[in-house]
Amino acid sequence: MFDEPVKLLLGLVTGVGFGFLLQKGRAAKYHVIIGQLLLKDWTVVKIMATAVAVGTVGVYALVAMGAASLHIKPALLGGVLLGGLLFGAGLAIFGYCPGTSVAASGEGRRDATVGLAGMLVGAGVYVAFYPALQPIIKGLADWGKITLPQATATPSWLWVVGVVVAVIGSLYLLESRKKQMRPLKQM
Amino acid sequence: MNPLTMKSWSPYVVGALIGLLSWFSFATADKPLGITTAFEYTAAITERAVAPQAALTNAYYKEPEKTPKIDWEWMLVVGVFLGAFLSSKLSGDRTQQTVPSLWEWRFGASTAKRFAGAFFGGALMMFGARLAQGCTSGHGISGALQLAVSSWMFVVLLFASGIATAFLIYGKEGANRV
Repeated sequence: MFDEPVKLLLGLVTGVGFGFLLQKGRAAKYHVIIGQLLLKDWTVVKIMATAVAVGTVGVYALVAMGAASLHIKPALLGGVLLGGLLFGAGLAIFGYCPGTSVAASGEGRRDATVGLAGMLVGAGVYVAFYPALQPIIKGLADWGKITLPQATATPSWLWVVGVVVAVIGSLYLLESRKKQMRPLKQM
Repeated sequence: MNPLTMKSWSPYVVGALIGLLSWFSFATADKPLGITTAFEYTAAITERAVAPQAALTNAYYKEPEKTPKIDWEWMLVVGVFLGAFLSSKLSGDRTQQTVPSLWEWRFGASTAKRFAGAFFGGALMMFGARLAQGCTSGHGISGALQLAVSSWMFVVLLFASGIATAFLIYGKEGANRV
């Protein structure tokens, strides 16, 4: 029922850091998330892309040193395709993603807290109908727990460097394009 | 000025620190940052407690990798709430908003309507996250930085679907009000 206390404490400490950063990054706000989906406010993409670029270097280094292991989810096409589509639609209606809705509740936003209850119900439906959902999740191809380097039979470091370069390049383009437009007004 | 009392930090600083935080979580707990498994486990524990007979016949509880419990990730979710609370308390960037202004422009000021939308949207989003086994954190950040094929597919789909739905709801006129 419970993990050992050290693990629970580590999770709590990591979570406090994560929530603190999401709030400081303004990601726990409806108009920032919806602003991203309406392609007006690029805060969310900036945070995610930078996190991925910094994260991939360290995590692949830790894995190479044997200090951590990869934990990736299987590419079950049915589940990923349908899940991604429903997730995006729900996100646009709710206005917060799972992590930022928890952070938004911490910031005091009442609509986010109501959404948390909806999220528990959504998870409950998944658990209750788990057997019936299996044909949908596994109905299309199952490529297994595969990474981009494995799928393309190329070295990991090439992808790590590629992601870092691509992120820096796209964020640079994003910033230089924005300077040409008039400053966006705040809601 | 003390950064802890600032209302916002640069998204690049925040992103880089979340990247460092993922090093920390892999190094200390050998875990990726993720949110939605904790919701699934909470629902699974609740359903087993409320309807033990139904749980006996549900194959979910027989899966070897499904071990619903209060774990590292469950405490991570609690921590996210506390961390955001702490950050907003330090800066005073707090709100008890029930109806966001863009929603109000589109659907009116009714709190009940907004709460219904938030509840339904949250349920749909979480159902999708569990089908795909991840969310914006688990796939979007943690899976993408591990270069997982499933995660890069999920990110593309979630943004495509999210952008399409947001434009269906708010249209160009709504976008100009952001």
